[in-house]
Amino acid sequence: MKILIVEDEKALLETLVASLTKEHFVIETASDFRSASEKMALYDYDCILLDIMLPHGSGLELLQQLKQDGKTANVIIISAKDSLDDKLKGLEWGADDYLTKPFHIAELNARIKAVIRRNKLDGKNTIEMTNMVLDLTERTFFVNQQNVPLNRKEFDILNYFMLNKNRLVTKTALAEHVWGDNTDQADNYDFIYYQIKNLRKKLNEAQAEIEIEAVYGIGYKLIET
Amino acid sequence: MKLLNKSLIYLSVSLFFIIGVWSVVFYFNLLSEIKESVDEGLDNYKRQIVATAHKDPSVLDKNNFDDGFFVIREITQNEAFAIRDTYLDTSVMMQDADDDKPELEPVRMLITAFENNGQYYELRIINSMVEEDDLVEELFAEALILYFVLMTLIILINNLVLKRLWQPFYTFLNQLKSYRIGKSFPQVNTKTQEFNDLQKAVTILLQHNVETFEQQKQFIGNASHELQTPLAIATNKLELLIEKGNLKPEEAENIAEVMHIVERLVRLNKSLLLLTKIENQQFLDNQTVSFNEVVKQNVNDLEEIAEYKNVKITVSEKAELTAQMDISLANVVVSNLLRNAIFHNLENGVVNVEISENAIVISNTGINAPINQQKLFSRFHKTQNDSNGTGLGLAIVKAVCDLYEFPITYRYQDGLHIFEWNIK
Repeated sequence: MKILIVEDEKALLETLVASLTKEHFVIETASDFRSASEKMALYDYDCILLDIMLPHGSGLELLQQLKQDGKTANVIIISAKDSLDDKLKGLEWGADDYLTKPFHIAELNARIKAVIRRNKLDGKNTIEMTNMVLDLTERTFFVNQQNVPLNRKEFDILNYFMLNKNRLVTKTALAEHVWGDNTDQADNYDFIYYQIKNLRKKLNEAQAEIEIEAVYGIGYKLIET
Repeated sequence: MKLLNKSLIYLSVSLFFIIGVWSVVFYFNLLSEIKESVDEGLDNYKRQIVATAHKDPSVLDKNNFDDGFFVIREITQNEAFAIRDTYLDTSVMMQDADDDKPELEPVRMLITAFENNGQYYELRIINSMVEEDDLVEELFAEALILYFVLMTLIILINNLVLKRLWQPFYTFLNQLKSYRIGKSFPQVNTKTQEFNDLQKAVTILLQHNVETFEQQKQFIGNASHELQTPLAIATNKLELLIEKGNLKPEEAENIAEVMHIVERLVRLNKSLLLLTKIENQQFLDNQTVSFNEVVKQNVNDLEEIAEYKNVKITVSEKAELTAQMDISLANVVVSNLLRNAIFHNLENGVVNVEISENAIVISNTGINAPINQQKLFSRFHKTQNDSNGTGLGLAIVKAVCDLYEFPITYRYQDGLHIFEWNIK
């Protein structure tokens, strides 16, 4: 998997590279309009993370150029502007997703994997791991070919963890992903603990070969056992 | 008091005095004019009588007023020389045509002397005068009538003319009352210079206000946008640091604390951006929203949180409630109200949501006292048990409600904090 990150903020670029390298992606970077335009014209990428506000030009122009060149790369726009206009324009011009800064690393991982999966044409929309299969179309979960019933939120939590295997998922990231992005209230994310406890119990009973580990009280990590 | 009535009061008081003074002056002028003319008449009579006495000495015997208007008395030469022509006001017993018996009537009398064939005579001639109290009465009545006629006319003219003259002003005032930032400036359509000046002044003032408002809005918007990238860097770096592992427990604790602070900043920043967006009307992707669905969806999302807080949420749907609104904003309002009701609740408390034909009413148990409604919806208002909140939740709710003109009200009743959101 080859990913191009177009982002002018050096520090953010570095963290994105560090994080995505862990997912074993091949990463290339561009930090201004010209070099991004050049790379996008010369090479093919599976996914492009595109900042809208760039020195010497707009990410939206790069998007147009990419589509005119007939490239099929998945594009996720990363913007500091949570503007409906940009979002609509971006999606209309062929972006696959739109992520507003600041975002959690886990969320970015999940989005990248989701768009890559969506555009794979093998028609299979499942995530497989050890002895488990998560069917995203049917929203069903199998361990050793046995159906394990999960409610909507348990399914979403597990899905999120599986997209972020071996990675830290903070409680905040999980809450925002599963319970919605209404961030104003003083959310005390302690309630998540009970949700995880229930999920762990179901996984244990079904003998799934994974474990949800707590990480310093900040979040969780899904690991294979 | 209206300008119209105020000017009427000033006019009526000053007119009252003007007419009063004028009546007095008029009275005395009139009186002296009458006397002058009567005196002239008396003088003519005198010359007639003196001439008649030459031809017909019998008139010299007339010595009382009973059957005439003069009396003649013989006097000595010395007495005659002492007499100067004098006019005086006096009264004489006489019977007028309109009297049934003789009474004292005011008269003007000329006392004079003349010489006839070497003999000297004193002549007194009278002429009846106007009765002064009659005159005063008459004049007073006339002045009063004049006053009331004038006042009636002034009121009529004031109402017609002044109302017409002030019409542009009132139109302008009404426009100004209903003016909200973002709407077109009030316009006045008149040739009256004062009103045009007023409009110019108001327009300049409003323009200045709008500019300041825009600048402030832009500043908040820009500042929040500029903060997004640094916050993204901080969040992601901390996440990577934790992920790297090998941390001592107290190090992890410190990092967790910093992460919470950054998260709070992120929340605050997002809320500010949301507020700016609402105020800039950047949403307004209006569509038919089913509020029953919105409520159910949000209650479902918050189920676990409520369960964790031991708060029971009940929803009663009395009707299907739909309206034209941006769906994400509808969600923001309902979600914020529900979260507010859950977080400011008691252990084993309740949240009741009632959806009727044109309102959503959310009531919850909570602290045992009403909250100041003014402060409740203001920005950064926080209650004590809410140190982690941004204090913007209800301000956002209010901003959305104002934008759509769906009023929201708060009341405290029977131990319940009740938010009523009227839609339509």
